[in-house]
Amino acid sequence: MLETILPAADPAWLDTGKLPTLVAAVIAIAVVLYTTYHRTSREAYRPRPIAGLRAVDDAIGRATEMARPVVFTPGWGGDIQRPTTIASMNILGQVAEKTALYDCRLIYPTHDPVIQSVAQEVVRESYARAGFADRFREEDIRFVSSSQFGYAAAVEGIISRQKPAAVLMLGTFEAESLIIAETGNTVGAIQIAGTDSTIQLAFFIVACDYTLIGEELFAASGYLSNDQAILASVRAQDMLKFVIAAVLVIAIIWALVIPDSRWWRF
Amino acid sequence: MSRRLAQIICAIFGVVMFLLFFSPHPAARTIALTITTEYWQVIYAFALIVGAVSFLRVNVKNIQRGQDSGYRIISLIGLVAMPTVAIIWGIGANTPFMWIFENIQVPLQSTVFALLAFFVASASFRGFRARSLPAAILLISAVVILLSRSWVEGQFASGLIATADWIRSYPSMAARRAILIGIGLGSLTTSLRVIVGIERTWLGGGR
Repeated sequence: MLETILPAADPAWLDTGKLPTLVAAVIAIAVVLYTTYHRTSREAYRPRPIAGLRAVDDAIGRATEMARPVVFTPGWGGDIQRPTTIASMNILGQVAEKTALYDCRLIYPTHDPVIQSVAQEVVRESYARAGFADRFREEDIRFVSSSQFGYAAAVEGIISRQKPAAVLMLGTFEAESLIIAETGNTVGAIQIAGTDSTIQLAFFIVACDYTLIGEELFAASGYLSNDQAILASVRAQDMLKFVIAAVLVIAIIWALVIPDSRWWRF
Repeated sequence: MSRRLAQIICAIFGVVMFLLFFSPHPAARTIALTITTEYWQVIYAFALIVGAVSFLRVNVKNIQRGQDSGYRIISLIGLVAMPTVAIIWGIGANTPFMWIFENIQVPLQSTVFALLAFFVASASFRGFRARSLPAAILLISAVVILLSRSWVEGQFASGLIATADWIRSYPSMAARRAILIGIGLGSLTTSLRVIVGIERTWLGGGR
């Protein structure tokens, strides 16, 4: 896959065709780093309320009251290199801290042994941080199958048999998304989903109670932890969105006034 | 110390991979491919052992407790049988491995995939209820798209297909691109937070 992303072999050290992308990336990185490190101590960023993230506490509370587990799964589509999986891990850490505190069972089935190893560490540390290391159950963070529908069937089976009160589907999902979401719906679980796949988002919106759309998934760890450094980077994300919107508006007007112009087609 | 080391390695590789993306030089390509294919395979191979051991342990423990023993015994038979037949007879055409793959695994996967049709129907039935104006617009759009992909002929069909294509190319694509811009920016900031060490949850530690 990387061979298709990488430029064709050339003796030059810089692909000039990618120069606009490099410039845009450097500007974006500069904005994020500046916003993150140059905030005054008085500045407290408050993100807009995100219903799906506010529901995480309710979902865990409900599971605790009903004495049923919480199922958290990152989907079949991603590996640990994907930013979505990292964002999902950050949310897992916050969720695990709460399940540890409430003594609620957390089941994490995954398709990737590398994700399983990382998730085990994340959950173990979260339980230790909450002060309940003894409540951590290593076997609940489990590798089920690397086959797509083997994984879907395994998660479906776990949901059908364990009847969790809450199902969190946060990560990269493909065709298994609706199979898992509909199974969760049949057992009456509160369902919170979030993915970077725009096709699967439509399924989640229909089948789940709450869906994190687009960048909400990446803002979740700052939202849940109220960590100001992370929230500052989320603010930078919003600023960049405004910049992109402004460039788009200027480009549209430019293209209407001077149809032959091509500067915006990089 | 081990976490600091992991953080440093992550930062170095993050920056290196970012720079290599912009370089067409053969040396840069070789380094990028080595990191993403060969290093990754080594890591995955070790992690797979951890995954298989975990799978074995979870299932054996649950069989001992008498929880869903039937399913778990079948899983364990599969876990042992497939590598065994592959080692003895190989994985080429007309081998027991391929026979099991084609006659057991593929039909099982197709069966689970086929469930999707019923789940789409049940989810659509719940989701497409015209209780508000946006829901009504969603319902009408869905019906137009659905009919345009169905067996409809004549003048009506061409109008329907043109409407469906317009919905997919403009309102749907505009919303999709807006979401993709958000995802792109979110990926960028998440990656940066990991590279500079603001976000350390993935290491198993706190922030």
